[in-house]
Amino acid sequence: MSATLEKGIHALREVIDAPLASYFSSCVHCGLCAEACLFYTETGDPKYTPIHKLEPLRRVYEQEFTLLGRLKKWTGLSKPVTDDELDRWQELVYDSCTLCGRCSLVCPVGNDIVYMVRKLREGMSASGHVPDGIRGATKRTVEVGGPMGLKWPAVANVLKHAEASTGLPIPVDQAGADYLVLLSSMEIVNYPEYIEGLAKIFHKAGLSFTLASDAFEATNAGIQIGNADLARVIVSRIVDAAERLQVKNVLSPECGHAYMAVRWEGPNLIGRPYGFRVVHVLELLDELREKGVLKMKDKFQEPFILHDPCQIVRRGGVLDAPEPLVRTVGENYIPVVDKQKWNWCCGGGGGASAIHTEEAEALRAKAFKVKKRQIEAAGVKTMVTFCANCRIVMEEAIDHYEMDTRLLGLTELLAEHLED
Amino acid sequence: MNELQFLTWVRGPGLDVAVGIFVLGVAWRLIEIYTLGRRPDLAAPRHAAGASGLHTVFRRSIPPPGMLKRSPVSYIGGYVFHVGLAVIVLFFAPHILLITQLTGLAWPALPSQFVDLVTVVTMAAMLAVLADRIVKPVKRFLSTFEDWFAWTVTFLPVLTGWMAYQHLLLPYTTVLALHILSVEVLLATLPFTKLFHAFTLIGSRWYNGRINAHKGVPV
Repeated sequence: MSATLEKGIHALREVIDAPLASYFSSCVHCGLCAEACLFYTETGDPKYTPIHKLEPLRRVYEQEFTLLGRLKKWTGLSKPVTDDELDRWQELVYDSCTLCGRCSLVCPVGNDIVYMVRKLREGMSASGHVPDGIRGATKRTVEVGGPMGLKWPAVANVLKHAEASTGLPIPVDQAGADYLVLLSSMEIVNYPEYIEGLAKIFHKAGLSFTLASDAFEATNAGIQIGNADLARVIVSRIVDAAERLQVKNVLSPECGHAYMAVRWEGPNLIGRPYGFRVVHVLELLDELREKGVLKMKDKFQEPFILHDPCQIVRRGGVLDAPEPLVRTVGENYIPVVDKQKWNWCCGGGGGASAIHTEEAEALRAKAFKVKKRQIEAAGVKTMVTFCANCRIVMEEAIDHYEMDTRLLGLTELLAEHLED
Repeated sequence: MNELQFLTWVRGPGLDVAVGIFVLGVAWRLIEIYTLGRRPDLAAPRHAAGASGLHTVFRRSIPPPGMLKRSPVSYIGGYVFHVGLAVIVLFFAPHILLITQLTGLAWPALPSQFVDLVTVVTMAAMLAVLADRIVKPVKRFLSTFEDWFAWTVTFLPVLTGWMAYQHLLLPYTTVLALHILSVEVLLATLPFTKLFHAFTLIGSRWYNGRINAHKGVPV
């Protein structure tokens, strides 16, 4: 499928709706959204003001959907959106926006800015203005099965190791299980302890689960790049597997964007509600905690702070599960000032972590300074989170700044301290 | 055209044209925006306390945590001039008289000297937000002709109204005519500039609140 400017503009026309029109008509250029964006606060560069990132979309809206804009277009008074412009905007729409949605929380006229950025990406993708890194990840997800090009035999191998080290069976393609467990490639490759932790917790809770050999990947690069057609193909694998295996629940892994893709965008992509429930692993853990199943043999003693991943908490609505869980496992949890839905992004969500240009990496390192200040202000050496992507992005930044900070995944931390 | 003819025109045909453009313009823009509709969200909703369109309509009138400190002029200046404009428009005796003549509705006015004070404070707040727009890199970067224009057409009615009340500089009849004319310019341009946020702000807040409430997030 070749990408052209015409297709891009067409895609933008398709995504324009009443909320977007209302948002653009309400903006008074107050610039307060900049104060909520870590790419602005950490660089001081006004071009990173969230609403400015939407300028091409705003002009398409104005020129095609308003009387005055159409008049300006006919009389040649308005500037058409060009390939060259979209090319320059690529950095603003991908490298410097992680779809974290913090801007949508502060706009005084109420604009949901991240809602608009997500829509602009449809046009960027259709017109071919996407970073190579995300393009590659999307291609691998569609063609091979996951953004890192991981195939089932490699996953099966990791599962075998997990079975050996926990002594617990990890069922695959088992129909009728309580939960279909999804993973993210990042977890399979970098944090296989997550799978071991999960096996222990399921065993303890007496719940059955299964993996699907044709739908193990939960992440959806189609959403990050902004291509609803590809996103639909990717999410359909999970829906098909869940329906074939007749599971009651699908368990979204710690990964934030995976949750957004499966829980919130999925039904809208396939055009019908699911016949199963999608549960984030933290929601399940919190349910188990409330039932008293999640008993700890001891507590984690080191002082630590929590990083709330944007797509799970602020954008995903898992607001109340994380804190009770960290308090269950940790003796010395220190809440940060901007926590829960107000937390600052790791700097690499929304596909940004897949962009490996020198500029994008330097920008991510700068954006991390806000997290660095949170860590330093709390005076801790440990940060707990529940998203494999946040974790790897922050580990890279911690190396970059040569900080003495350790990152831990919440699920595996809980599993480690679980009563035997 | 002498002063009196000018005043007669702005009070007669001028006002009719301005109000006509305003009413039709507002109706057209509202239809243009809100008939676009939106697709229903098919994901199973999550319910959370404090999350709804209506909650967000009210919540966004209060600065979110930490934001007042980050941009005090935007918030304080913004509050003062918005409230100030409302007081001037709705509680100055001659304005109420005009509304009564047009609609038959009436309510008590505030003392003129108090409205005079509010006017001065409003103008000061508007000058402060203008200065902030010039000085702050983000605001200056975002500003286009429309932003300066919108500020000007909002400021002029306040300034000319105050000049008329104070009998400053020009003959009263001229200033009064200029005051009415400036209000007419404001009315005629409001639907087609960012000033239209006066109407769409409720819709925007509501959509944001509603869309995020579906996911159980109070925004």
